[in-house]
Amino acid sequence: MTEQAKFLIENLTFYYDSGPPALRNINLTIYPHEILVIFGPALSGKSTLLRLLNRLNDLVYDTRMEGRILLDGEDIYAPGVNVTELRRQVGMVFALPIPLPTTIRGNVTYGPRLAGERNRARLDELTEQSLRAAALWDEVKDRLDEPANALSGGQQQRLCLARVLALQPEVILLDNPTSGLDPLSTAKVEASLQTLKRDYTIVMVPHSVQQAARIADRAAFLLSGELIEHNIAAELFTRPQDKRTEDYITGRFG
Amino acid sequence: MTEDRRNEQQRHPWGEFFIESAIKTCGFSAIIFVVLIFSFLFREGAPAFWSVSPSNLFGTRWYPTFGLYGTLPLILGSLLVTVGAVIIALPLGVATAIFVGEVAPHWLREVLKPLIEVLAGIPSVVLGFLGMVALSPLVRQYLHMPTGLTAFTGAVLLAYMSLPTIVSVAEDAIDAVPKEYRDAAYALGATHWQTIWRVVLPAAKSGVIVAVMLGIGRAIGETMTVMMVTGNAARMPLEWNALFMPVRTMTATIAAEMGEVAQGSTHYHVLFAVGIILFVITFIINAVASLVIIRGGPKRGGRLLG
Repeated sequence: MTEQAKFLIENLTFYYDSGPPALRNINLTIYPHEILVIFGPALSGKSTLLRLLNRLNDLVYDTRMEGRILLDGEDIYAPGVNVTELRRQVGMVFALPIPLPTTIRGNVTYGPRLAGERNRARLDELTEQSLRAAALWDEVKDRLDEPANALSGGQQQRLCLARVLALQPEVILLDNPTSGLDPLSTAKVEASLQTLKRDYTIVMVPHSVQQAARIADRAAFLLSGELIEHNIAAELFTRPQDKRTEDYITGRFG
Repeated sequence: MTEDRRNEQQRHPWGEFFIESAIKTCGFSAIIFVVLIFSFLFREGAPAFWSVSPSNLFGTRWYPTFGLYGTLPLILGSLLVTVGAVIIALPLGVATAIFVGEVAPHWLREVLKPLIEVLAGIPSVVLGFLGMVALSPLVRQYLHMPTGLTAFTGAVLLAYMSLPTIVSVAEDAIDAVPKEYRDAAYALGATHWQTIWRVVLPAAKSGVIVAVMLGIGRAIGETMTVMMVTGNAARMPLEWNALFMPVRTMTATIAAEMGEVAQGSTHYHVLFAVGIILFVITFIINAVASLVIIRGGPKRGGRLLG
């Protein structure tokens, strides 16, 4: 199984400041073309784990990490790793849609242009492709040059998804991407994720247990920085092995 | 608890009234002062506008002893020194703000920020002194000028005087850019520099513009330093190398001549008229700065497209 793992997380422990570890001895494998959902109550370390996968926590002062994270068998924290290149391979969508202060088109082509793509035709093609994949194309195709801020919240979030897709990453990280969205937009985002997993590996922190059960292929339950249990979603949500998992998904706490 | 508070109020009905009135008086006094200053300035300066003909008042020669009150050389002198100062201070200040806000490690930032504030506290006469004994000899020697007391010398010193204002306001604006913008840019594979140049700076644009405007306001009204180092020759700075010749600013003129002028004379009124002109110019600059802030919206530093 190790050969085909996309991400391999080994004995990962992570500290902010000098406090107690935010993540404790995590071992987890993420396979290609699956939707892995990482869920658990607030402050259980879900976002921290997600942000470690594309080294966004590098920007936080005073952190310490033990253990290894391998992407396609390569240690992403090894010295000499090109972090910028890594972040292009492992794209991320955040809880709050943050359109960059420019046009819709500018947002989508932002990443490719940073990567050095200058060909107008190629950029236009990427724009259409990515917006279609994020289920936004039909709504914005006639106003690509309007400010991205004019879009509704749900549209902005799908724009942020399209922006990541335009980089043609291998893995997409989603940190609670539907938190600010209405049910209709949520359904649209979820539907596009189901299509996207054919081409990408998706790791997502869901909005709720219900959402986790709806979209996950596999699920991992985090509690206070510990990985309690992970399994195929159908198993985990119907026959949890651990009492704490059962209590959480049946709504006894959290 | 509400019971307690009511008792409290009933016990001190006059205390409340007294404190409220005191605070109100303090607040209104600021407005009254501004109105008084403005009306005084106007009362003393306005006569110049009808006792001196406009062609004389806005002429090119300033010789009060001969009845020539051309303020144009003074206005241009002020503008030259200010523009020179801005050209120096703008890149320096914005670059410093970027370094302090985005590049410097945590401990260095904690050292740099108070140090920059200290720079703002240096009395202008001390800076002028520094300019006279340290900077102007260098200017004379290395630029082969007959004198080191030039518009350029004043511009350099003014640039350093307005630097703390520009740096701290611009740094605040950069700091106010939501952390999520940076995360988003980094997550899209932007490098540190690309994030600063293409996301953080555009988002902080209105704040940075305000910083520069405030810096200009500080520079154009400065008196002591420019009086000490610009040479104070009231001449039209129109040659190509005017920046490296002596000039005289509006502020320096008022400061230098007010002490010797006969009160109520034409010269006296003209000096106040110069004050009015200066006031109008700074008012316009401040108004433009406020407009930029308002247009930037309450979420300052938030957007690129108004």
